[in-house]
Amino acid sequence: MSILDLEMKIAEIETKLNEISSDNHQEIEQLQQQLHRYKSRAYQHLTAWDHVTLARHPKRPKAREYIEYIFDSFIELHGDRLYRDDEAIIGGIAKLGNQSVTVIAHQKGCTTSENIKCNFGMPHPEGYRKALRLMKQAEKFNRPIITFIDTPGAYPGPEAEERGQGHAIAECLREMSSLTVPTLSIVIGEGGSGGALALGVSDEIWMLQYAVYSILSPEGFASILYKDGSRAQEAAEVMKLTAQDYLNRGIIEKIIKEPTGGAHQFPQYAFDQLKDQLEGYLLQIKKVTAKQLLNKRYKKYRLIGEYDSLNR
Amino acid sequence: MGFFLQRQRKLKTSTPKRDINEGIYTKCESCKEVIAVMQLSSNLEVCPTCGFHHRMTAKKRLESLIDPGSFKEINRRLHTLNPLNFPGYEEKIEGLMEANDLNEAVVTGIGKIAGESVAIGIMDSHFLMASMGSVVGEKVTRLIEVSISRRLPLIMVCASGGARMQEGIYSLMQMAKTSAALAKHNDAGLLYISVLTHPTMGGVTASFATLGDIIIAEKGASVGFAGRRVVEQTIKQKLPDHFQTAEFLQEKGLVDLVVSRQELKQTLAKLIDLHEGSEG
Ligand SMILES: [Zn+2]
Repeated sequence: MSILDLEMKIAEIETKLNEISSDNHQEIEQLQQQLHRYKSRAYQHLTAWDHVTLARHPKRPKAREYIEYIFDSFIELHGDRLYRDDEAIIGGIAKLGNQSVTVIAHQKGCTTSENIKCNFGMPHPEGYRKALRLMKQAEKFNRPIITFIDTPGAYPGPEAEERGQGHAIAECLREMSSLTVPTLSIVIGEGGSGGALALGVSDEIWMLQYAVYSILSPEGFASILYKDGSRAQEAAEVMKLTAQDYLNRGIIEKIIKEPTGGAHQFPQYAFDQLKDQLEGYLLQIKKVTAKQLLNKRYKKYRLIGEYDSLNR
Repeated sequence: MGFFLQRQRKLKTSTPKRDINEGIYTKCESCKEVIAVMQLSSNLEVCPTCGFHHRMTAKKRLESLIDPGSFKEINRRLHTLNPLNFPGYEEKIEGLMEANDLNEAVVTGIGKIAGESVAIGIMDSHFLMASMGSVVGEKVTRLIEVSISRRLPLIMVCASGGARMQEGIYSLMQMAKTSAALAKHNDAGLLYISVLTHPTMGGVTASFATLGDIIIAEKGASVGFAGRRVVEQTIKQKLPDHFQTAEFLQEKGLVDLVVSRQELKQTLAKLIDLHEGSEG
């Protein structure tokens, strides 16, 4: 049974439990046992593909919801000053406690019409150029930068190619690596390939418990390496794309706990967990100098890679 | 990145077939004209009839750009591991090493162009489409670091299918690693010339390939982020032939100049000379 089927089954039992008369003790107990069985089955042994499903869950909270819940007085700033405003990436200035921060995020929609507006969270070059503009602005005013990553990938369309998708991403990577302010990236859903990384060359990378991060979608990976996109579930296992995998490998610094069943089951829980960690982080980095930040950030990426040396 | 493997099979055929008349003759990939292998080779793999630029090995590219006897390879022994334990990956790499007489998809070192020392990296698309995994990322980064410490101009001759799938996130992070090293290179006020050759796609396009102070594209080269096939699937239409060609890129303002293979060395020499003594 897939995680979505189990989720439906659980909702079904919960509805039954609500409708049942309260003196029908025997049936209530039966249903509760059933519910417990399903829940432990659903959420205890999640496969990599279950993580992918949860990370892409249509009801999963989107970046704007995190921003509005966690920060105060968020002011959204638009446009790259070159071409247009790309709604697949949103950004602006906000406060957390008394600390001003710049917030930049991939934005997916909750409804079809929202998704069309923000292009399902797939940015064009102007989205990345807006992000870069806001990062440079943050640097000028010495504000920490917090980015939220949630994208299937950069948009693979002809206009995106014509306007230099590769170049726009590359500039983000280079510039993020040398920003003189603290930077933190949080993968809240899907971290898809270079389009995700463009907002992710930060001092620290955190992931929500059920978020995924990968070189390409499991479907794309399967169609390339197995010549069969339908083997995506198998690919997801091979790719080792979960938060726990990356924490074990030292690619990310922290996992943010989600409620049982995923952030969409109880969004405030995920928001509160993240907010709590963010407050601590912002306090802690106040003591770090820009030079220390830059050295540590450079080293973090400099050391990623698995290789040895031949004797011939 | 990674949208381009479907292209790979197609691109592989762009190496001239050597089987006609026991390797004495070959057929141009573009105009199908039969050419003597020796003639094609002495013409830098450019078709004498139609000017089509066939793919070139790193070894031949080096010979075409670097003053004879001046090249010293660095980090030749760096060797790929299998961080995801991807089935068959080690065997694949072994086979490619054997077949191509290369240890990985990029050759890096110090050499001279018209008498001037440069740090140069050359990618070889015969080696797993010169996709970027840990070793390619590490060799490019070390080359950038050598270029900084010895204050030499940096030249990357790019050709790649993108980030290497088999190494997963490690490949993706090489984009960050190489770009971060280039930020240091940029701060050091040194010259970086990126040469985009056929094909340069995906994660390489979205990192060091497009970060040159000067970006040269070789005539007819396909350069892009998403592969043509993927873009066509997105819009459910065929794209015009010139989409993502070097000439298209120049028209769209994405590269500084387009040069033929015969002009490349001379162009590089000229650019290096024009920067002589001006590196801050
Ligand atoms: Zn020809």
